[in-house]
Amino acid sequence: MIKRSFLGLVKPRLEYNLAPDPVQDVPLPKTVTLLLKAGQNGGATACKVGDPVKTGQRLAASLDSAEYVISSVTGSVSAMAPYVDACGRQCTAITIQANGQDDWDDGFDKAPTLDTALKFFEYAPGNPSFKAFADPEKTIRTIVVNGMEQDLLLTANQCVVQNEASDIKSGIDVLKKMTGVDRILMTVPENHVQPASTTGAEVKTVRGAYPQGLAHMIMKDVVGQVVSADETLADTGAVFLSAQAVAAIGAAFNTGKLPVTKVLTVVGKDGSTRNVRTRIGTPLGDVLQACNVTLTDRDRLILGGPMRGIAAYSEDLPVEPGTDGVVVQDDADSAQTTDYPCINCGECVRICPVRIPVNMLVRFLEARLYEDAAAIYDLHCCVECGLCSYVCISRIPIFQYIKLGKYELSLIETAEAANE
Amino acid sequence: MSSQKKLVVAHAPYWHDGSKISTKNYHVMIAALPAVLMGISQYGAPALGVMAFAMACAMIWELFWNLVLGKSMSIGDGSAAVTGLLLGMLMPATAPWWVIVLGTFIAIIVGKQIFGGIGFNPLNPPLLALAMLVISFKGVFDFDEALRHYDLGFIMTYPLADLKAFGPAAIEKFSLGDLFMGRQTGAIGSTFGLGLIVGGLYLILRGYVRWEISLSFLAGVFITALLFNLSDSAKYAGPLFHLFTGYTLIAAFFVISEDSSSPANFIPMLLFGALAGLMTVLIRNVGAYVDGVPFSILLMNLANPLLDKIRPKAIGKVVENA
Repeated sequence: MIKRSFLGLVKPRLEYNLAPDPVQDVPLPKTVTLLLKAGQNGGATACKVGDPVKTGQRLAASLDSAEYVISSVTGSVSAMAPYVDACGRQCTAITIQANGQDDWDDGFDKAPTLDTALKFFEYAPGNPSFKAFADPEKTIRTIVVNGMEQDLLLTANQCVVQNEASDIKSGIDVLKKMTGVDRILMTVPENHVQPASTTGAEVKTVRGAYPQGLAHMIMKDVVGQVVSADETLADTGAVFLSAQAVAAIGAAFNTGKLPVTKVLTVVGKDGSTRNVRTRIGTPLGDVLQACNVTLTDRDRLILGGPMRGIAAYSEDLPVEPGTDGVVVQDDADSAQTTDYPCINCGECVRICPVRIPVNMLVRFLEARLYEDAAAIYDLHCCVECGLCSYVCISRIPIFQYIKLGKYELSLIETAEAANE
Repeated sequence: MSSQKKLVVAHAPYWHDGSKISTKNYHVMIAALPAVLMGISQYGAPALGVMAFAMACAMIWELFWNLVLGKSMSIGDGSAAVTGLLLGMLMPATAPWWVIVLGTFIAIIVGKQIFGGIGFNPLNPPLLALAMLVISFKGVFDFDEALRHYDLGFIMTYPLADLKAFGPAAIEKFSLGDLFMGRQTGAIGSTFGLGLIVGGLYLILRGYVRWEISLSFLAGVFITALLFNLSDSAKYAGPLFHLFTGYTLIAAFFVISEDSSSPANFIPMLLFGALAGLMTVLIRNVGAYVDGVPFSILLMNLANPLLDKIRPKAIGKVVENA
């Protein structure tokens, strides 16, 4: 953990980890768990306990449903259970007992169309979403292949840029055909310009200081178009895909096999990092075991990175397509929040990358005045970097308040839409 | 499945830069030490007594309030101790015990706790107490009167009082060097200019005090005093005299930068400090009080919420044109 510097006058600078470690393979897991983002009813139609599945087989909630998972092993379904993820979404956890063999499913057709992307690649590593391309209300003009990490310490995406530039190149070609979008940017830190330049995309460098790698910051600084508070990224005509996702798509078209593995960074308690390639759905415990990271009671197991990750409650939870890192943190190192009030020191105001008056925002959020917080104090401008909580001298869980505020507002909006 | 380990979940971020309110307050106390030690070396045990008693009283009032309201204990954060110390530093060494008890009551209970405690005080607690005491007990804060039994080997009249009563001609006897080195009468902890500046720079460099407020306050005092001086040097003292006398330096580095009652945005911080500085010299030169510091800063404290509305547009903010 990076502490406040002795000379506190200067802003703390958090740098991304720009030195990717070599990738090692995690042995094939005995079981994998795939989280199908559909509740019990939707999940029941996907498969039944005891069904045999092949590697690369698509398990969809129903024939016309957009939600599906891709089996990453060959074996049989051993359990299906309802699961609620950290954002409160109803999922179905499908556990597959692997038989140690890889028997590839042949359902993947290599037609480079948007339907293929929607049908097979939404569960690819890096969680790419192609829904914006299919939305008739949105015109997508730019695809940004993001070679930056979404959090500190992680290097999974950079690994892919470094080692799989040729796959990214074919991925970009396929993407052009699939979506008809010509302008493809690739954002990388300065030390990865060389491999990135072989991919055929327009390469842009991004500074290595957190949070410059986040999509909203890239839109502002690299693309030169500010995403305003009332629109989504897709509204501005840009879609962000991680380098890992693009490489997976390229590899799929080269080999004819759907992507079932994922590169992620594992960070031990001592801060040491290593990159591993593992099957999607591998239990976190297996990944940690392969890296010789021990987990004890009261530790934190974080999916993602230290600034924006989500703490997992069990090591049986699986590696998901969007999991770029796993951080194990000792109880003694973890940041504790307090219920102290804001003392108005203004550290958060000065560090906020989008200049939100966080000192006022947090007062409104604490008082549950979410609508005022959004209307007057720019709640929806927040890019969710977590720096305000990081510097807060009162140790207020500001980031949590912000996420809660956004969530509550989304509930209100949904309710209003339902009433109309 | 495998043996379940009990993991702790929490919301991101999982890192923190390690800053704490108590650390900050301890550093404020450390930074105040040069001026405090100078005060003790000049006035001896009574000065030590005043400051120690003020700190103790402030903490007891805080504890008392915590107990009465059944709130969680907050004396550990050091803010009550800092309030007490600052109030002690702003008092003459001869301040009677009941003035200190009353003053710390005003600072802690009236100034801070009735608004909700730390972070909620609209006014600077020690200054509010000082202002109310100065108005209520003029004799205690008349430094010429209060310190008449002391002879410390330098001119034992209060420079600002001389200026107010007799004009700039009366202050020619003070050398700026003496004033800067603390060879002047005044409150215990506010006369040693060098010590206060060293302490203040330490706090600024460590990031515990916002330089924008401190420096703009000093600039405000300097420029306003300079303008007065240029307009009529026979009637108004020079800018350096105003900087090195009275409560100017302690206010600039230890008082005005108190977090809750000062703005957080850049331009408001500059305005806040500069206007407080301007008001200080206005009160000193044309107002009724010998030293304008308490009143000018309290006045600006009231303007703080309004000033802090001047802020940069958040990136991505949607401006709806009416």
